[in-house]
Amino acid sequence: MVGEAVSGREEVLSRLRAAVAGGSAPVPVPRAYRREGPIDLDLLVQRLTDYRARVHRVPEADVADTIAGILPTSATVVVPPQLPPAWLPATVTARTDDGLDNARIAAADGVVTAAAVAVVETGTVVLDGSPDQGRRVLSLLPDLHICVVRAAQVVAGVPQALARLAPHRPLTWISGPSATSDIELNRVEGVHGPRTLHVILLP
Amino acid sequence: MTRTFLGMPATAPQGVGQLRGEQSFPAAARQALADAQLRRNLGHATATIRAKSGAVIAEAPDWEELRAAGAAIKTDVLARLPELLEQLEARVTAAGGVVHWAADANEANRIVTDLVRATGSDRVIKVKSMATQEIGLNEALDAAGIIAVETDLAELIVQLGDDRPSHILVPAIHRNRAEIREIFLRAMPDVDPALTDEPAALAAAARRFLRQTFLTTPVAVSGANFAVAETGTLAVVESEGNGRMCLTLPETLITVMGVEKVVPTWRDLEVFLQLLPRASTGERMNPYTSMWTGVTPGDGPQAFHLVLLDNGRSAVLADEVGRQALHCIRCSACLNVCPVYERVGGHAYGSVYPGPIGAVLSPQLTGVADNASLPYASSLCGACYDACPVKINIPELLVHLRDQAPHPRAESAAMAAAAYTMDHPALYAAAQRATRLSRWAGRRGRGLPPPLSGWTAGRDLPEPPAETFREWWAKR
Repeated sequence: MVGEAVSGREEVLSRLRAAVAGGSAPVPVPRAYRREGPIDLDLLVQRLTDYRARVHRVPEADVADTIAGILPTSATVVVPPQLPPAWLPATVTARTDDGLDNARIAAADGVVTAAAVAVVETGTVVLDGSPDQGRRVLSLLPDLHICVVRAAQVVAGVPQALARLAPHRPLTWISGPSATSDIELNRVEGVHGPRTLHVILLP
Repeated sequence: MTRTFLGMPATAPQGVGQLRGEQSFPAAARQALADAQLRRNLGHATATIRAKSGAVIAEAPDWEELRAAGAAIKTDVLARLPELLEQLEARVTAAGGVVHWAADANEANRIVTDLVRATGSDRVIKVKSMATQEIGLNEALDAAGIIAVETDLAELIVQLGDDRPSHILVPAIHRNRAEIREIFLRAMPDVDPALTDEPAALAAAARRFLRQTFLTTPVAVSGANFAVAETGTLAVVESEGNGRMCLTLPETLITVMGVEKVVPTWRDLEVFLQLLPRASTGERMNPYTSMWTGVTPGDGPQAFHLVLLDNGRSAVLADEVGRQALHCIRCSACLNVCPVYERVGGHAYGSVYPGPIGAVLSPQLTGVADNASLPYASSLCGACYDACPVKINIPELLVHLRDQAPHPRAESAAMAAAAYTMDHPALYAAAQRATRLSRWAGRRGRGLPPPLSGWTAGRDLPEPPAETFREWWAKR
């Protein structure tokens, strides 16, 4: 059939127009829910820990030592192109993502990234693909993810997080390590994504 | 083509997809109730999730305000659905995606099959999606020689067990850990024979089994939880990371989405990203949420197709009372609180949409005549309405749909007779005395004789008192 795609579009739209016939005035949305809240770093730590993320609160100068304590000597990590070099200890081998293939990324012992935003109330870190966070695949295939968050990136709740994020960027919201509720509706950590998540929280 | 009125709201076609059961709800429920293991598994799982969900909802002091906002946003979406979809189409297209429109399951299946064929792949990886189950996409792909691999743990359990999903969120809720282990040992290639039934061990087995498939399959099919008209952004909410794998690794991504999933603005996500995880898995936030807008050069799939699906939704939308069923964000909270679902499980509802929401959504998508028993699959207790994060008044909808379902003539004859009797006091007193005779007729619960026996097939007849109220009053 010629022009089938167009006719599918017109068919669906004309059905829906007939169904709503007339009523197209916007409906007012009451937004009486909380849009402000305290930025409580202790609560963030508690919420992250509650979903089995491991949290380290250190000054920026100690990031490399902290990572050295997490990863065994001579471990291999993949890192995004503009991760601050001072964060990486000399004890690990870092492979910067310059278009690494998936097999190389999957073979790494871990990945180190920065973050765009962290949410206190839900214990969430959000990555937005900036050069210090990298392509989405980078934080997906290795079994261990170390995410470095600055206190200035922390917000109280979900509304404040969305207000800070740019919709056109590829966004990944991460709340704890990979998990499933599929067996008897209980949360079990560790399926396809990284099974270990470390969050290093800077002042 | 069977379409008679071009461009008029239409229900989902027969003969494709999974919206209609093979038997009526009462017949299917009777079988399910006889399965003691099923009832134990469901009782355990629904009690677990009710406790988890209740705890995190109690943490949110503004839960009711979020529900009110969520309901209003959905009402707004439905009132101006055509314009929002056109806006979404424009934004997705501008960001490098391709938008397709499917009037029904057959068209959606054909569009996806053609897109997969064009890539040359004979295999796709899938993120759990209600819409693609509804249209029977896996069967359509199979008929075209394309293997669809379900990557969600519960979907994998269902697929390997040659089973049917029984819950919106946890399709394998009817299986316990021991049964899952047995399915893996039987159907998962190269599985470790020493596999235990520890949930973590079962999850690890799924990780090993699917890893290579993720890395080597060039096409993925997903659903969508939300699509933002204002920005063209799609969102998928998940737990395991299989969603991230499917949305990130392949060269081509095909997303099939019911038209009602669109939300007007970016800001609207702040409401639903708070409502959905707390109501569905009982978490403050699910482990992973992915958002993408069209194609991002150098990151993720470089070809993105969005298929917008009607398949009966226009018919639901045309009913001003019934359309609130399209508010549904597929959290499954109504299933977990429903006394009927908890006992019979999802299979008894026939459709991929089980439980209270299925009882109001499926009959509207197919036309009530094709799912006539579902509006009765409820005691109208109202727990579903209280639990719904977008305030769908499911009891109201059930009654509304019961009005539309075909009624047996005996029922209206009995109602007319009852009305006449109640209008005539002497007759009414005589009728009350007459019920006492039934005490001699047999023990309680025996039921009424035909043609009224249908009414008592699923109900116990109350035992008539030895003395009527009037008789007692007269003696005082």
